[in-house]
Amino acid sequence: MVAIVDYGVGNLFSLKCSLNAIGAEVVVTDDKEILEKADQIILPGVGAFEDAADKLRKTGLDVVIKELAKSGKPLMGICLGMQMLFDKSYEYGEHEGLGLIKGVVKPIKDAVSPEYKIPHIGWNPLIFKGEPSPIFKNIKNGDCVYFVHSYYATECDSSVIATAEYGTEITAAVADNNVFGCQFHPEKSGKIGLSILKAFVSLKEGFVC
Amino acid sequence: MITKRIIPCLDVKDGRVVKGVNFEGLSDVSSPITLAKYYSDCGADELVFYDITASSDGRKLFTDILCETAKSVFIPLTVGGGINTVDDFDRVLKCGADKVSVNSGAIRNPQLIYEAAKLYGDQCVVISADVKRVDGVFRVFAKGGRENTGMEAIEWIKRCVGNGAGEVVLNSIDTDGVKKGFDLEMLEAVCNAVSVPVIASGGAGKIDDFITLFNTLPKVDAGLAASIFHFGEVKISDLKAEMSKAGIPTRLS
Repeated sequence: MVAIVDYGVGNLFSLKCSLNAIGAEVVVTDDKEILEKADQIILPGVGAFEDAADKLRKTGLDVVIKELAKSGKPLMGICLGMQMLFDKSYEYGEHEGLGLIKGVVKPIKDAVSPEYKIPHIGWNPLIFKGEPSPIFKNIKNGDCVYFVHSYYATECDSSVIATAEYGTEITAAVADNNVFGCQFHPEKSGKIGLSILKAFVSLKEGFVC
Repeated sequence: MITKRIIPCLDVKDGRVVKGVNFEGLSDVSSPITLAKYYSDCGADELVFYDITASSDGRKLFTDILCETAKSVFIPLTVGGGINTVDDFDRVLKCGADKVSVNSGAIRNPQLIYEAAKLYGDQCVVISADVKRVDGVFRVFAKGGRENTGMEAIEWIKRCVGNGAGEVVLNSIDTDGVKKGFDLEMLEAVCNAVSVPVIASGGAGKIDDFITLFNTLPKVDAGLAASIFHFGEVKISDLKAEMSKAGIPTRLS
């Protein structure tokens, strides 16, 4: 069973449907016990970093997620959920993240020339870094995925498993042992996105990469 | 490098896909769910569902169909038509829409864009403008292109983007249904005025029209069309293969 963390941020309908479509058993929950029982955990998120991080802390789910990640359970953050895995974000101020992956989140606009439109919206090819990650086992270097974001993770070199080119090297996906993050939306990236989700839900607890 | 998007538009009335020429003379084409799956499989980068029903029964049917589609189609979905309040945004976002496009609703209440962008983010709000030349000036039309609002189009679009619209769909009434190519002059004027993605709509008749669009105006992010896709005059897989051959960044699936 894969659990989607429900902390009142964004719409989880498409993510749930995409996991159903690959035959995964899915639960959307904010219940600690259910999260503990799940085989994998997905941390979703859209909207503003500060608001999402506050909600995670108020519900106490920040502590639960950190514990579960440290216990070796496969965890995947998607979009803002990925950004929250890092140490901090500079989206409208300076806000603390979960600190599960080393790095910070900064505005794309400060890193690219003005002809690059913000948000970075659309399909962009993945450029694999190093050996293909296990979550990419069913896809190829250069396959396109769908991005919608205005901030990006940086200073996280050692965990980057894929980038995308958008006037700068955009961190597209990261991995650190059992913790994964995708800046793009696998649930909106057609067959390629479903393949990534399928690879993730096949990971077992205690898995390391 | 980001790829140019190809977007089929499904005009939905009473649960069926229809498309008129110059917004009149509607004809039934097919089931929205079947078409959406077909387009997703053959490489469409995004889908627009446009609700052209007026009745509340029709609206409920539309919402049900959207939910059904979102259960099996995993590419971005934009919904337009009948979006007048923030509650309308909520209704379609809950059914799996990723973006919501506003047209007449924003003309009646320009604050709508600001309110929706604050709640759901700029990336979620699309301004769709029906524009026609009147005495050499680009004017915004309302009510499906039937009513001249008298507003100058470029100023209107800039104002919408200033209020938080994260994307612009420009429908040229002058070229819509004519199938002789996109309205490059109108599109260029919009691209030069705003810094958010611009989607070209109205006028595509053949593959070359898309290639001309992206080669002439590299600032245009996407091309939208309806009947040429629905009637099979242009196959999306062929279109994308030709775009790629012409050196246009394209997602090939």
